[in-house]
Amino acid sequence: MSRLPVTETDLHAYVDGALPEAHRAEVAAYLAARPQEAGRVQAYRQQNEELRRLFDPVLDEPVPERLQAVLTPRPRFSPLRYAAAVAWMALGGAIGWQVSDMQQTAPANSAAFARQAAIAHVVYSPEVRHPVEVGADQEAHLVSWLSKRLGTDVRAPQLNSVGYGLVGGRLLPGDSGPVAQFMYQDGRGQRLTLYVRTNTESNRETAFRFAEEKDVGVFYWVDGKLGYALSGEVAKDELLRVATAVYKRLNP
Amino acid sequence: MTLYTFDKDPAGAGKSVCISVVNQSAEIALHIPRLRRYARALTGERATADDLVQDTLERALNKFHLWRQGSDLRAWLFTIMHNVYVNQLRSSAHTRHEELTEEALEAAQPARQTDMLEMRDLDTALRKLPDEQREIVLLVGLEQLSYEEAAKALGVPIGTVMSRLSRARERLRCIMAGLPEVAALKVVK
Repeated sequence: MSRLPVTETDLHAYVDGALPEAHRAEVAAYLAARPQEAGRVQAYRQQNEELRRLFDPVLDEPVPERLQAVLTPRPRFSPLRYAAAVAWMALGGAIGWQVSDMQQTAPANSAAFARQAAIAHVVYSPEVRHPVEVGADQEAHLVSWLSKRLGTDVRAPQLNSVGYGLVGGRLLPGDSGPVAQFMYQDGRGQRLTLYVRTNTESNRETAFRFAEEKDVGVFYWVDGKLGYALSGEVAKDELLRVATAVYKRLNP
Repeated sequence: MTLYTFDKDPAGAGKSVCISVVNQSAEIALHIPRLRRYARALTGERATADDLVQDTLERALNKFHLWRQGSDLRAWLFTIMHNVYVNQLRSSAHTRHEELTEEALEAAQPARQTDMLEMRDLDTALRKLPDEQREIVLLVGLEQLSYEEAAKALGVPIGTVMSRLSRARERLRCIMAGLPEVAALKVVK
């Protein structure tokens, strides 16, 4: 049998069980004749065993909440009173990383707009008791109030023809002033939100743009004095169908 | 976030491609316990370790599009953790926090007195290793990464992995045996 020299690498591979069978026997024979080397190898093996004994218990510890939270950015089922605060932070973080992607294809300003719309959607659409500030039963008041605050005529388009009824609306803070959010709901309780702000882009009109984060899709566009973003956790085609209806309603 | 531009003509919608976000969070979540084990051994402190895991998870989510589907996710996560760790060490702002909670005390395993001393010794000895040696001895000995995987995770050639591993193990052995370090090891090939 040819005896290859046994290297330090071989000894470690022996310790770590990374040697092929044939070579393992060779190393074992080598060690049998060298008690000092054998002692060293034995010590290395014990290190491996002790490391596992020492740190394996960590595997059985419950995963701290804050670590799970990193991976569960949308707290749809958390208590409602915390939903707003948590969603702002979590979704803000989750979407934050993608803003750089968005900037490549859309002005930063409008990308941020879509992001804000998505956050506002996630914050308010799961609300059971207070989804809106002013309900659809006071639609005239809602529209005149929001128009006054935004400083221009704002309308809540009728979307009954595409299956969504107005729930109501609310006023929100935006980057450069007040923003209006209208909420719609279909027969199954599926909610869409239309986020409206005064246009801060130089464009007077843009094409529909689509942004997507996890399950929240956002179609957004500029039309005259206002910028619109329609958000929902629905298929993109469905969202586009409604966005088109919104556009047509506002431009009859 | 994925961006698309459309005409306001719904007929144009047919051309659109819908990229479904894979359930990346769930896949990554499976690896949290092992990331925590490694981080705990690496930093020696619970809070610091979980900070490291948290930063790693955040970064993994950010970079998930760079992960090659089908390749070993765990090895990729260790790569990220290594990078985060090295960056933290480089930043002078990085401070270590120690936290001794009831939970941590409870987590301590009951053990025979000698075991306890021995285990503490190893933990203490680990702290005396240079970071790069501690990383390699843990990736190989605790996490059982192959030498190739460890080389990839640390971004070094495999020869460097072997020489660091060799130095780390010998150093640990000497510290634990109360011996002065022996410089004359076999040449690593």
